[in-house]
Amino acid sequence: MDVKDANSALLSNYEVFQLLTDLKEQRKESGKNKHSSGQQNLNTITYETLKYISKTPCRHQSPEIVREFLTAMKSHKLTKAEKLQLLNHRPMTAVEIQLMVEESEERLTEEQIEALLHTVTSILPAGPEAEQKKNTDDVAMDEEDPA
Amino acid sequence: MFVLVEMVDTVRIPPWQFERKLNDSIAEELNKKLANKVVYNVGLCICLFDITKLEDAYVFPGDGASHTKVHFRYVVFHPFLDEILIGKIKGCSPEGVHVSLGFFDDILIPPESLQQPAKFDEAEQVWVWEYETEEGAHDLYMDTGEEIRFRVVDESFVDTSPTGPSSAEATSSSEELPKKEAPYTLMVGSISEPGLGLLSWWTSS
Repeated sequence: MDVKDANSALLSNYEVFQLLTDLKEQRKESGKNKHSSGQQNLNTITYETLKYISKTPCRHQSPEIVREFLTAMKSHKLTKAEKLQLLNHRPMTAVEIQLMVEESEERLTEEQIEALLHTVTSILPAGPEAEQKKNTDDVAMDEEDPA
Repeated sequence: MFVLVEMVDTVRIPPWQFERKLNDSIAEELNKKLANKVVYNVGLCICLFDITKLEDAYVFPGDGASHTKVHFRYVVFHPFLDEILIGKIKGCSPEGVHVSLGFFDDILIPPESLQQPAKFDEAEQVWVWEYETEEGAHDLYMDTGEEIRFRVVDESFVDTSPTGPSSAEATSSSEELPKKEAPYTLMVGSISEPGLGLLSWWTSS
């Protein structure tokens, strides 16, 4: 077996999630040979990887959302690896952005970091826990509002 | 986290599977060979992405099966340098904190990379970060099952192919069983940067 290119493309977590869910559907439909010993490895790895990715915010993304996100990111001048990390992790605080973007203090001003955060949180859908937290925050804010 | 790797291999299809579509048989054989296995210097293979080219299939004398050279792309887990990942703490030992991603377990945070000052609590077998503030020292425990954010700094691939018979003769029979080494280990860089470490340390209420 030869490896022609060990790094031909980077995949986002969403793409892998999509691929594995489609694979699971296909195998469910064809039925019979799922449990043969040879397929056990594939079953294990797809189950575990799907379990891991389902807990990240990637499960609510779609190709249109990813495209929209990448077009919005063009203006911020980030490397491919940085955009991929933002897409996979959906940072909600400036601290997380500083982790994922190299030398962010020199390359981005505070307003730019805020704008970046805003783009990320507005275009990428949140995971279910974040939605719940947002709802309780909104309720708390409504209670404070005297109007 | 995941990359696409282009590979070429010759796949053998036994005669009793000739009635199936060639593409399906080949996909199944490739997955059987590579899924959940570590390829040296490439990463942990997850599943087949697609088949890019199928060359002519040959039947060789003496073997009724067909051999087909296949060019294909495989999804491989291979985080790049300095990538940020989120995993669960599997356990602590004097060697450091062991983190798992569910599908990949061999991630180690050596004690030098933990937030300083950190000490190993022997009684509870956990690593503790002694965080000093004006009020006094807080002990932040790295408990099992907690989610942790870390940065990948190094990886090591170990060739675990079996050794040949010549070395077996040289070793005496009283030697212990060979150590089971993980074929692919990730070494984690410092988690002392702001934002890294247990997720619960950074989520502000």
